[in-house]
Order: sequence, then C-alpha cells, then structure tokens
Amino acid sequence: MPEPAPFVEARDLARYFDVSRPVLQRLFSGEGRRILRAVDGVSFTIPKGTTLSLVGESGCGKSTVARLIVGLYPPTAGRVLFDGQDLRQARAAASQRRRMQMIFQDPYASLNPRWRVEDIVAEPIRAFGLEKDAAGVRDRVGALLTQVGLAPQDGAKFPHEFSGGQRQRISIARALSSSPEFLVCDEPTSALDVSVQAQILNLMMDLQRRLGLTYLFISHNLAVVRQVSDTIGVMYLGRLVEVSPAETLFQAPQHPYTRALMEAIPDMAMAGHARAPVGGEVPSPIDPPTGCAFHPRCPLANTRCKVERPELLVAGGAMVACHAVQEGRATSMPEAA
Amino acid sequence: MSPILEVRDLRVEFPTRRGTLVALDGVSFSIAPGEVLGVVGESGAGKSMTGAAIIGLLEPPGRIAGGQILLQGKRIDNLRYDQMRRIRGREIGAIFQDPLTTLNPLYTVGDQLIETMLTHLPISPAVAKRRAVEWLEMVGIPAAAQRVQSYPHEFSGGMRQRVVIALALCAEPKLIVADEPTTALDVSIQAQVIALLKRLAREKGTAMMLVTHDMGVIAETADRVAVMYAGRIAEIGPVREVVKNPQHPYTAGLMASIPPLDRRVERLAQIDGAMPRLSAIPQGCAYNPRCPRVFSRCAVERPELLDAGTTLAACWLHAKAMTDA
Amino acid sequence: MANAFAQLRDSDIWWSFKRSPVTVISAIVALICIVTAVAAPFIAPHNPFDVATLNLLDAFKPPAWIDEGEADYLLGTDDQGRDLLSAILYGARISLFVGISATVFAALVGVSVGLLAGFLGGTVDALLMRIADIQLTFPSILVALLVDGIVRAAVPREVHDQIALFVVVVAIGISEWPKFARPVRGSTMVERNKEYVLAARVIGVSSFRIMTGHVLPNVLGPVLVIATLNLGLAILAEATLSFLGVGVPPTQPSLGTLIRVGNDFLFSGEWWITIFPGVSLVIMVLSVNLLGDWLRDALNPKLR
Repeated sequence: MPEPAPFVEARDLARYFDVSRPVLQRLFSGEGRRILRAVDGVSFTIPKGTTLSLVGESGCGKSTVARLIVGLYPPTAGRVLFDGQDLRQARAAASQRRRMQMIFQDPYASLNPRWRVEDIVAEPIRAFGLEKDAAGVRDRVGALLTQVGLAPQDGAKFPHEFSGGQRQRISIARALSSSPEFLVCDEPTSALDVSVQAQILNLMMDLQRRLGLTYLFISHNLAVVRQVSDTIGVMYLGRLVEVSPAETLFQAPQHPYTRALMEAIPDMAMAGHARAPVGGEVPSPIDPPTGCAFHPRCPLANTRCKVERPELLVAGGAMVACHAVQEGRATSMPEAA
Repeated sequence: MSPILEVRDLRVEFPTRRGTLVALDGVSFSIAPGEVLGVVGESGAGKSMTGAAIIGLLEPPGRIAGGQILLQGKRIDNLRYDQMRRIRGREIGAIFQDPLTTLNPLYTVGDQLIETMLTHLPISPAVAKRRAVEWLEMVGIPAAAQRVQSYPHEFSGGMRQRVVIALALCAEPKLIVADEPTTALDVSIQAQVIALLKRLAREKGTAMMLVTHDMGVIAETADRVAVMYAGRIAEIGPVREVVKNPQHPYTAGLMASIPPLDRRVERLAQIDGAMPRLSAIPQGCAYNPRCPRVFSRCAVERPELLDAGTTLAACWLHAKAMTDA
Repeated sequence: MANAFAQLRDSDIWWSFKRSPVTVISAIVALICIVTAVAAPFIAPHNPFDVATLNLLDAFKPPAWIDEGEADYLLGTDDQGRDLLSAILYGARISLFVGISATVFAALVGVSVGLLAGFLGGTVDALLMRIADIQLTFPSILVALLVDGIVRAAVPREVHDQIALFVVVVAIGISEWPKFARPVRGSTMVERNKEYVLAARVIGVSSFRIMTGHVLPNVLGPVLVIATLNLGLAILAEATLSFLGVGVPPTQPSLGTLIRVGNDFLFSGEWWITIFPGVSLVIMVLSVNLLGDWLRDALNPKLR
C-alpha cells in the first residue's frame, strides 16, 4: 500500500517543562530540579485532507502536542515538518504561517471580550494583509460568518452576546479567515453541551469536505473521536501507546490502556448494566513509572514491562507500544465489549 | 413505599433590575428509598439549581418563590438557615463537582469524618474513629488505617472525590444530592466513582439525586431520569424508556445528538439553535422554536407533564393523542 | 454620542450608581470641588496671588458671621490678609492638579511596568517586582520626601521653585506606582495565557501588538478603581508634603500649605485659617474615596 505523502509530520517530538520550585526554596529544602516530561518521543504523520485524533486522559500531553505542532512552544527535542518544511522555517514566513490555524477549547476564553466579532474574525486577515481595503475585509468577514452559520450583521456584536456554540462558530470563522489548509483543534467541543457539540462537529466535518482541510483533533471523548477521525493516536503519560486507523481501533483495540479506556466509557446502550472499572489512577508525569508507564495499572504487566519501555511497533494493522501485544500475551485479556 | 424526597411545583426566582427571572418553574418529582434519580439537561437548564434549592444553598438573590420540598413528608423549603444546616449532613448529604470545596484543607480526612459523625450521630468518639476507617475502606481507599491521618491535599483527585463521598454518607443521610460528581474526573476514574455511589445508595437504602450533563453516566447509574429544559422538566420516566424511547421531541433530539461509540455516522443529528436565556423564554412550550414537530398550540399554551405511556412528557403531542383516542 | 449616552443610561453601572445615595452625594460634592477649583480665577472673590491687592491691615479677619468679620471676606483672612475662601479655591485647584497629575503619572508607570513584568515574566518580572517590593517597604511619604530631597540637592534653588510643582507630582507618582503595577501584573499573567492571546500568537502577531491590543484593554478595568482610590491618597500626600514645607512653593499655596500656615495660629485664636482648608481637604478626599469604593464594588462581578 503506497503511503500518501505526509502533510504534517512529527518526528520524535518531546517537550519538557521545568516545574522546579524557585531557586531559593530549592536551596533550603535541598530538593533537585523537577522536570515534567509532558511529551516524550511522539511521532506521527497526517496525510493531506485527513484527520488524526489524539485521545487520552488529562495530563497525557495531547494538548501540548497540539501546541508544539502549531508552533506555540518550541520542542525540547525532535521536530515538526509542515508540508515537507521544518516548522521553524515555515513559521518564519507569513505566507506559510497563514496555512495553519488553531481552534481552542474554551469558547469563553478564546475570543477577546473587548473586541467586536468582526475585528476578531478579521485579525488574521489584517495580520497577513490578505485584503487591500476595509471594504474587502468587511466582505470577507461577512462571508466567513455566513459560512459558519452566523449572519454578517453579527460582526458588530461583542462575544458576550453569543452562546457557547455560537462563540465556537466565531472561533472557527477566525481560524478559516486566512484560508488555512491545516487546523489544529484542541478539544473544540468539550466545553459545549451535547446538542451543540453535534452542531459544531457537523460544521467541522462539512468544512473539511468542502475545503479539503487537514485536522489534528485533540479530544478526551472517544465517541467524538470516532465520528471525526481517519487515524487515532492514544496517548498515556506523554507517549503514544497505540496509533491505528479509526475503525481498526474501535473494532480491535490492542493496547491494554486503549481497552481500559473503552471499557470505562459509560455507554448509553448499557442502561442498567454494570461494568468492570479499571483500577488505579494516572501517575504523575513528573515521576513516571519505569519501563512501560502503564504497567502499575496493567493486568498483563510482567517484569519486562517494569524495566523495559516498549517501542511503538506494527501489530495487527496498527502501531502498538506494548510488550504483551508483541509477545502475543494480549489475547488472553478479555475483549472489551 | 413513601418517597424520601418530594418536590412539588417548585419555583425559583431571581429578582434582577430588569425584572424577575424565573429559573425554575413547576418542577415536581419524588425519589424513593434506594432509588437514583438522574437529572440531566444542558447548562442553564436548571438542573444544578434544583439541587441547590433542595439542600437550601441557592445563591442569592435566588429564592424559592413557590411550591414545596418535602423530606420524608416534612417541609424543608421554609426552614431557617440554621435549621437547614442541621438537616444538611444529617438528613441530606451533598457531593459537588470539585471535591476541594467540600473538604477543609486544615483538617485530616479522619478528623472531618469523625466530626461529621459525632455532630449527627449518637455515638462515642471511639466508635466514630473506628467507623471513619471503615468508611474509607468502604469507598475503596487503600491503606485506610493510615490514610485516615492524611490531609485532603495528599490525595489525588479521584481519591479526594471518594473521601467526599464517604463524608457525605457517613452520617447516614436519607438523601444524597450529587451535582456533577464525576465531571472533574478522568474517564477511567469516573467509572469507579459511579459504581461506588450506586452500590452505596443501594446498600444503605439512600435516595439519590444525581445531577449531570453526561447521559452516559445517567444511563449507567440512574433508575429514573428527569430531563430539564429552560427551568422545567421536559420528560421524566424510567431511564431505559427515556434513553431508548423518548417521548418528548427535546429528549429525542438530545439522545440523537450524542455521538455513538459503536459506529461512525455520516452526520450527527443536531438540534438547531440554542436553549433560550432565562430572560427570553418563548411563550407556550419553551422548546417550540427549535422543535421539529411544533404545531399551533405549542406557541400559545404551555404544556404540563402529560402521560406519554411509559414516561411523563411536557408536550402537546401527547395531549393530542389522548383527544384523538 | 447619543448612542453612548443611551448605553450608559441602560448599563449596570448607572443602575448601581442611582441606587446608592451616598455615591450620588459624593459624586455631586466631587463635581463641585472640581468645577470650583478649575473655575477658581473666575469665581473667587479675590485674587490671593495678586500682591497689589493684599493689605496687611486685613490680616486675621474672622469669618463674616463673627462680630469682627467683614462680608467681603466670607471665611475670613489669613496672616497676609488674603481672603481665605479665594485661597481655598485656588489651593484646591493646586491640590487637585497635583493629585490628578501624580495619579496619572503613577498609573502610566505602574500599568507599563505591570504589563511588561506580567507579559514577559522571568528575569524582567523578577527584577521589576523586587523593585516594587522594596519600594513598598518604605512609606510612600518617605519616598516622596526622598525624591524631593534629591531634586533639591541636584538643582539650584530658583530652578527648583519653577519646577517644584512637577517635582511634587513625580515624587508622589513614583511613590504610588507599585499599587498599579501589582494588580496589572497579576491580571496580565492571567490574560496572557488565555486562548485569545494564543490565537493571536498562532498567526504571528507581535508581542507588542498582543500586549497593547489584546492584553491591555482587558487589564484596565481595575486600574480605574485604583486610580480613583489613589487620587484621594495623592491629594493627602501632597497636603502632607506641603504641610511639612517640602511640597509646592509658598507662592502657590495648596490646601496643605494653607493648613500649615494656619496651624501656627490655631492656638492663638485664629482657628479659621487652618480649619476651613482642613475641612475642604476632608470633604474633597472623602467624596473621592467614597466614589472609589463604590466603583470598586460596582465593577466587581462577585458583589453584584
């Protein structure tokens, strides 16, 4: 099967944060530096026009990956390639920078409360000088607002006059205003009510089809991810544990953590039935377990898992980082219903 | 069996300078011993406010302007603040989304459990001490005998919520009001906490009102469910019926818009528009501007909860069915 | 304009203003203080700075309603024979000028420093905020005295008299800027991590544009409140400096100067020379402070 040329690629991406206490306090308490490895050795590719989703629980590093990919943080190690070009070079040129945009989680924090909607949406247009005169900007903003299901007259209002779903539409209009090809969506619907979430997801999928957009989609909600993704990456403590085509992942999840996640989702179809919850909690990324980070919670863990970190290797139509899967021990685990 | 909690025609108002906003109107339901009533709805639908009104913690200037709240047949909506405080903890346990708001950071979790029990139960300090450890064990905290000496900040988020559950249950209240108890937790921990809550409610015969926006949690935990919209109950009934066979168009739209986990759909069903603000609730049925099955009566007259077969639904479609029959 | 007025009339601020009688009275009093002070040259019955009209024979005249008083000098005269009412009007003008200028100066410095420290963080933040910390350990009047002392030592006397007013403004301003810098830094640190700022950074908007265009408008809210509350303090600081004799030059007496002059005669029976300027100062500062208190509550969403 010929691989389509990657449009966006992450190679061994890592980002560490120094969360040490201030120097003086450290001197008195005698403790060392504390490094939080938010993202460690993450690699993936996104072919043009497709959606890669990253899922995982809070603190797994998925939002940090989003920010690395769009250049908000410089990586500690590794690199990001955007359309074959190193991200740092790409972001140096406005003509490249305008090709990527981001949609954020909180519709209340992502729009400047003091700006009118038309100025919010026009900010990228003005920053990149995409229209020659004020009339051109106004027409373009009007068209964008229409495109996301609002009215051109809404431009004169302030963000607080809109509901959460409408604000997210404004956020999408802003992201689209520089005619980008790649959108990074960081939990775009997790702050919305479920009926509004459907509106926004439908809108995003329509736009992808119509404009040929490439998405990096970050979410903790597996059901949402299933609806939008071509490929899904499951993250745990800063690393990818499984990368798989969306259908394969849901048909046959392989990594014990992926299975645990699926098992944990309260499912509508199960009304009135009990299910077996996963034990334990996500450990701190400042002091992650040795070997495979999931081993303290894993029903399949053995001594190898405690000492040796598994690599992400091909297994059954997907990439899985698990000794048990690679050794063929995983089949003994009860299938997720 | 007579219900633990009965809410009759509850009305909550917020006086503002632009007139009085009616946040809850005509809300009626009851919860039997050992029963879990789920209350769902979108943000602003009034689900949390219903819980706050019951535990007597409405945020001012909000006030109960009508109706009654009865706990084991006794009215509690008109009690003074100090009387209500005695009932909270003893008769009603409350669990909130953020466990840190419930726990006192300056005391060990053991002290907090012991104090709560000594305040509300006729037991000796020695017994309370023993029971504190038992409670921590019961909510699944490992090494409970040692952890009883720990402070809230020494627990992780999921463990803290377990402590809060122990604290809410230790005085053996008749009713638990849990407002989004799992929303702040990760999925894998949510499942543990929900299972725990449900088991304890069953075992102790405690009535539970579970407020959440997560239909999955409701489907899994609740016996009956009330769906709220714009300050009123749109539909109430057994959870299975409401989820699988909703009778109110809003419930149907809400259920359809939940992305399915077991398959990919071409397009999600969506409800256009947004829930109205309290200051602009439409005349007639509040849902009528968004309703796909709206007809003339809906815009004029507001429907009460009507018998819709397996559930009660506030929708004129069911009145029509009756008159036709 | 009419639209803006209608918006104000409809706003929560106006509503909360109308509902507080104390605030309405304070606002009226403050307005009267400002108008009379600004219009002093036109409404004052005498010109206290015109040496030609001064007559030492008119000195120590009591207020008009006391037996020896003259109708021409409503609040009496001081030791130079100046009409006290006129001197108070002119003095209030100087007090207000110094107070407002010093507050504006402090706000400009404080907001800039707070914005920079909060936005840039790291070493810049640590440095600027330690300076603010150190300065806050000194009473502001001491800082003002220090600045005034340095300028006095640095420039010749006649130059100093000319720039004395501005020295006082700067002295008070410098002693007050940390009060603006700290809250602005705090809210800047909150705002700079909000997603609308990230959105601007994704498209490559420069840090300066983000600071001025995005963050600044969102951190200015509390500044108005601090400025109003500080205006009263600045007026008092000026009065204190002038009372100590290091403030405005004696040729341009402020309320503080008048109080100091009058203080010498307080116990020899000429109480009016110090009491009337003192009462004026209290009324002015009190009305401004009450306005500030109201503004703080009205703009605080938690108290609404």
